[in-house]
Amino acid sequence: MKRPLLFTTGTLTLAGLAFVLANSLPGCRPTTTQTVVTGDAASKVYVKPGTHDEFYNLVSGGFSGQLAVYGLPSGRLLREVPVFSVDPESGYGYSEESKGMLMTSHGFIPWDDSHHPEMSQTNGVPDGKWCFINGNNTPRIALIDLGTFRTHSIIEIPNSAGNHSSPFTTGNSEYVVAGTRFSVPMGEEAQRDVPISSYKETFKGTVSFIHPEPETGRMSIAFQIVTPAVDFDLSHAGKGPSEGWFFFSCYNTEQAYSLLEVNASQRDKDFIMAVNWKMAEQLAKEGKGKRVAGKHYSNWWNDKTHSSETTVIDDVLQLDPKEHPGLLYFMPCPKSPHGCDVDPTGKYIVGSGKLAALIPVFSFEKMQKAIAANEVEGDFAGIPVLKYESVLHGEVKKPGLGPLHTEFDANGNAYTSFFVSSEIVKWNVEKLEVVDRVPTYYSIGHLCVPGGDSKQPWGKYVIAYNKITKDRYLPTGPELTQSAQLYSIDGDKMELLLDFPTTGEPHYAQAIPADLVKPREVKFFKIEENQHPYVAKGEKESRVERKGNEVHVWMTSIRSHFAPDNIEGIKLGDEVYFHVTNLEQDWDVPHGFAIKGAANAELLIMPGETQTLKWVPTRVGVWPMYCTDFCSALHQEMQGYVRVSPANSTVPLKGETVSVDAGV
Amino acid sequence: MRLHPVSRLLLALAALALGINLVMPIWRIDLMAPQYPEGLFLQIFHDRFAGDIDKINGLNHYIGMAHIKDEMFPEFGIMRYAFYLLIAWGLVTALVGRRAVLLSWLFAIAAFIIWAVWDMYAWGYKYGHDLDPRAAIKVEGMAYQPPLIGHKQLLNFDAWSTPDVGGWALFCSSTIAAIIFTLEWRRSHRAAPRA
Repeated sequence: MKRPLLFTTGTLTLAGLAFVLANSLPGCRPTTTQTVVTGDAASKVYVKPGTHDEFYNLVSGGFSGQLAVYGLPSGRLLREVPVFSVDPESGYGYSEESKGMLMTSHGFIPWDDSHHPEMSQTNGVPDGKWCFINGNNTPRIALIDLGTFRTHSIIEIPNSAGNHSSPFTTGNSEYVVAGTRFSVPMGEEAQRDVPISSYKETFKGTVSFIHPEPETGRMSIAFQIVTPAVDFDLSHAGKGPSEGWFFFSCYNTEQAYSLLEVNASQRDKDFIMAVNWKMAEQLAKEGKGKRVAGKHYSNWWNDKTHSSETTVIDDVLQLDPKEHPGLLYFMPCPKSPHGCDVDPTGKYIVGSGKLAALIPVFSFEKMQKAIAANEVEGDFAGIPVLKYESVLHGEVKKPGLGPLHTEFDANGNAYTSFFVSSEIVKWNVEKLEVVDRVPTYYSIGHLCVPGGDSKQPWGKYVIAYNKITKDRYLPTGPELTQSAQLYSIDGDKMELLLDFPTTGEPHYAQAIPADLVKPREVKFFKIEENQHPYVAKGEKESRVERKGNEVHVWMTSIRSHFAPDNIEGIKLGDEVYFHVTNLEQDWDVPHGFAIKGAANAELLIMPGETQTLKWVPTRVGVWPMYCTDFCSALHQEMQGYVRVSPANSTVPLKGETVSVDAGV
Repeated sequence: MRLHPVSRLLLALAALALGINLVMPIWRIDLMAPQYPEGLFLQIFHDRFAGDIDKINGLNHYIGMAHIKDEMFPEFGIMRYAFYLLIAWGLVTALVGRRAVLLSWLFAIAAFIIWAVWDMYAWGYKYGHDLDPRAAIKVEGMAYQPPLIGHKQLLNFDAWSTPDVGGWALFCSSTIAAIIFTLEWRRSHRAAPRA
């Protein structure tokens, strides 16, 4: 089978050469924005000042570890939600309350690489309640509450390494999944200390099913299915007729553990793995699994105490598919499949072999028939491999080069991104015919249609998330902005409307009508519901107390002063905890808190909330503190002093806010 | 001569309509500013304030206005008795059916309205002028007395003072009573020569 490989490599090289040429010779560009953008594009993305965008676009931050929120069609950046990475501007990961959100079995991990946002669903349709996102490096899944746009829950995934195939959801968000990219040895310590070359014998993959509690959003691992050692890439749940199944793309069925670039690109076909999760759920319920070592943390944010709560779990329920025939099947899929997307009807599964020059579309109905008729071509490490021809609905021929991901509209069309040929190709799912194509600038990775991976796409736009921007924006040194491009898909032809820069590196994204999210918005936290142990529900409750070398300050902030704002009696060697309660009860009035020499961060405290900054003074003197969020016309007056005395000082501890009259 | 039965029925309804003031707000003050596109409002019930009172107090502290609190208004403790009295008076009017009693009721309502308006003006004047000398924002010659009725510009705020449901009920009841009085007066004067 050397010839097809040679052929593919040759084509790729040629395409790459054409790409380089096209970009280095300005005069020879085949298409430019000028030729692609038509006259009325501007009016289609113009959102009048003072009016709202039609869609929220939740975009992964990639190596920033965060989640970015944009409005569509304007492409305006609204917010960057801190998820896996610390955020000194808000104090996330620095305040005493929020540190716990980033705790793992490896300790405090202040960063990650976040790839795939996925909205929670009801009846297969995004419901605007939550957004999940995966942490790739230290395997985790986070749940962001779309009422507060804050990270509400983070769970660590044990027996996993590189949580890439995640966090896609079932139709009613019973589960979100986590498929490991790296297979690894797992279990007790002795079982994990093995030569890397023993990959085939001792390494295993896992796919985990995580259950978010519908009321609280607290997450736990329901069960974990052990698989042969491969690399899982992406996944999507079945829906409609395929409800109850989950599909995962996997590459490196060569089981290489070195130079994967070459060694994992040898086989003509890798797999789409089909998991019968309803069966797995039943087996777990019947106690068929076994608990295997796998220490992990589940962190949850309590909106009443304004603090994180951490649970440590030592093991995980594992199911071995070899003991349960019918749980797993492999479907051969050409050339290291990447995207694994299920169309809105739930009848078809699209695999995107990133080195392939065609798109295979699998039929769920045929898959069921092939299982019933036992049409297998063999097994892979004990798991049945169904015959390619038996499960195939058909192939889209010559769609482009390097297909990566597919999203859908409500009219039976699919939109596939092509990295190598840098384009979006629209094709008909039933007929497998290419309908339209449009270039992207440059080298698109993921793409997103509002609701485009659900049962009910809202359509209207497709957004391209590009890997390369080159000359598209004003240059900013060696590192250039990342970017997205908005295309209209209302008409017969896709139409480029807008480029907009993005933060971090955008991978996957989700878009949802704003009307499904806006009514959920929390405007402020009710002070009477604040159950923080150090809350001061009014200035009268503000005070300073010493507990050994710890000094606790119950501090309040309201426009525009702190109480107390003069603190004396702190000694070198003390650890000072400022528990700041924002007493405001109105929308859009956060207060900040900063103190000179703070080695951690500042705080940004929402109305009705209490947050704590730990401060360890290192020198004797008087230290200024102030509000960092412009809160009123007298914001610049919102300040105070903290006096630090030598360790043996006898200055009595006191905290007060002094009125001028009292002093005169 | 007794009042016409229809007049008496209408008077009874008008009297009962005053009861709206015991459950619904009587008056409201609306404040609009560029940074408050959604607006702030204050409602006056017979026994309390409602609306964005905390936010308004928060803003007023910059200009040194006193914090508005229910306890500071003894009116809130007695206004319900005024309404009880007016309602009872109206029902008695309907029952007795005498024009003189109707006239006395009209005078009672008028007296109540004059007192209420004067009282509101007095409080407004006091709040708008008695400013803390240590206030952060002082504008030479500026007072913050809200408009008695209608619109007034107060620094960055546009203030509107208008009747709420209760106020309108009071207005309608007294208007109906006045019209009935006029009609009855005419009726009796037309009827007199024939009698």
